[in-house]
Amino acid sequence: MGWTLFILLVVLTVVHGNPTMTVRTGSGPTVGFDQHPNSVPLGEDIQTTTEVVEEVMTTGVLNPSHYPARRAATVVQHYLNTRYGSPYRWIFFSTVHSGSSEVGVEVEDQHTLGSVSGQCSAELFFPEGEGQSAPQVQASCEGLHQSNTTAQEEAFYQQHRASNNLVSGNNIPDSYGHVEPSMKPFWQLGGVASSFIMLRESNESTLYNMAQVANFTQLETEKDQLRFNYHVLLHEMISQEIIHWKLLVTWSPEQGVQVLQTELQPKCHHCEAPPNTTN
Amino acid sequence: MCVSMYSAVWSREETTERNYYTRYHNMSEITAWMEQMKRENPDVVSSMVYGQTYERRNITLLKIGLSSTGRKKAIWMDCGIHAREWIAPAFCQYFVREILRTYKTDTKVNEMMKNLDFYITPVLNVDGYIYSWHNESTRLWRKSRSPGTGGCTCYGTDLNRNFYANWGMVGVSTDCCFETYCGTKALSESEAWAVTDMLGKMREDILAFLTIHSYGQLILVPYGHPNISAPNYDELMEVGLGAAKAIKAVHGMDYTVGTSPDVLYANSGSSRDFARLIGIPLSFTFELRDKGEHGFELPEDQIQPTCEEAYAGAQHIITYTHDKAFYSYAATVRATLSTIICLYKKVK
Repeated sequence: MGWTLFILLVVLTVVHGNPTMTVRTGSGPTVGFDQHPNSVPLGEDIQTTTEVVEEVMTTGVLNPSHYPARRAATVVQHYLNTRYGSPYRWIFFSTVHSGSSEVGVEVEDQHTLGSVSGQCSAELFFPEGEGQSAPQVQASCEGLHQSNTTAQEEAFYQQHRASNNLVSGNNIPDSYGHVEPSMKPFWQLGGVASSFIMLRESNESTLYNMAQVANFTQLETEKDQLRFNYHVLLHEMISQEIIHWKLLVTWSPEQGVQVLQTELQPKCHHCEAPPNTTN
Repeated sequence: MCVSMYSAVWSREETTERNYYTRYHNMSEITAWMEQMKRENPDVVSSMVYGQTYERRNITLLKIGLSSTGRKKAIWMDCGIHAREWIAPAFCQYFVREILRTYKTDTKVNEMMKNLDFYITPVLNVDGYIYSWHNESTRLWRKSRSPGTGGCTCYGTDLNRNFYANWGMVGVSTDCCFETYCGTKALSESEAWAVTDMLGKMREDILAFLTIHSYGQLILVPYGHPNISAPNYDELMEVGLGAAKAIKAVHGMDYTVGTSPDVLYANSGSSRDFARLIGIPLSFTFELRDKGEHGFELPEDQIQPTCEEAYAGAQHIITYTHDKAFYSYAATVRATLSTIICLYKKVK
């Protein structure tokens, strides 16, 4: 009971090390598209009659510039971060493509300092009904593993696993969008950890991004896992709300990122009153 | 000694100028900057206070254009209707600097300054903007700063849901604690009223309305309500797509074009919708960089490239608007517009 979106191709940018926006130039070889169905199997008892559902039903194609494609691509992005993300690998989608099996798809194959492009094809299912549950995603990707972050991750892990110098930070990025280079891996780790919540909370009517790491504190290493308390601010685009979550996060190169506990923080209404100064 | 001191001061000013447009500025700085623009360009820049915020601050625009004896057509641009979207006021400042820097030497800009007046509001939501600068915990404020009513103790109304354009119908909250709270009634907010009042007085003359936001990399056309289409939707889309193409040519960034319900979400009470409803034919919302990596907290080193590409997009729309009004070009000539601009440059 739900409706399924097929994202036939999502081009993703892996950002690691020093994330910079890179200009994509040119395109790689055309890749034939295989094995992905382009029709949408919808149950007879369709709950929604949105234009998108009708559009997909009649054409079998998701319009890549319409909102469902962007929302779905963002969910796939969150999913991929839960699977592959690390302090040195934070994945963002850059372009959504959709097509049918008869159409070849252009591939971006640019590798510049700091980012790698990959391509993924994904299937996404938003369950409907009471008892909201997380969307289900299946994705396969090429090119994501081109970037070898092992050395950086290992160095970072070794640097921080001894508990005699626990790290903490706050307001990342700051108000000016600045991230201290030493804080970047913690920012990215926060983004990846947030992806677990953002994935879980996503539905057809949401679009989540992490707005900021309000603060993080490293805890004692346990069972060879680096451990952190994070307070993150998520931005939900459709409601425009800023949602506060506290997370208990662990990471190691072998185990990857895990989120052990999550706690929604209530909005602070009394915090909104005017400050005493007027300028 | 004196010579070296002088040159040290001179280079600091030059550096300051060069770096000024690559940094975010608080409201005092922007106010001082507006005065500086008037002082340095008295023939073409004047200012106008056209309303008051809830906290009784002036809402000020810069009117920029070569003076003429008759009534002139106008382009409207406003930035910072949502406080946390800091890149928007930065763009308004950049836009003003750019047209002032080029109007004497660029034939097309000069012609547009002769035929049009640009009405540019660098910060519309002054109270909200100042609040977002207060400390790190207020940085992500969006709304106005009017207090809630009727027992609701939170602050602020979403100014971009408060206009008299299908007010309260879709994409709003009726709870004053939420970010898309549309207010107790349309135009409950003095900031929205100020814009409405100005647009109403000038409606015969305004050819294009641009309202600048972040983030998302989108160009949105009216209307926000999914069941209502603008009569010139095809034209809006074509011009919008042309703007997106101009943007992409600068730094390769993709901006998606469409109605809000198509590409983002349904909403009502927006300034863009109000502008289109009172007859301004070309009405667009720009959502600038990025797509979520930094979101509202766009790094300062992206201010310049963002402004460069947005300027190209805005100029595409303004050029189309200008040429349509002053050369009576039909829709079919759009494809050759760039050729015509080149010809006029050569004729100069």
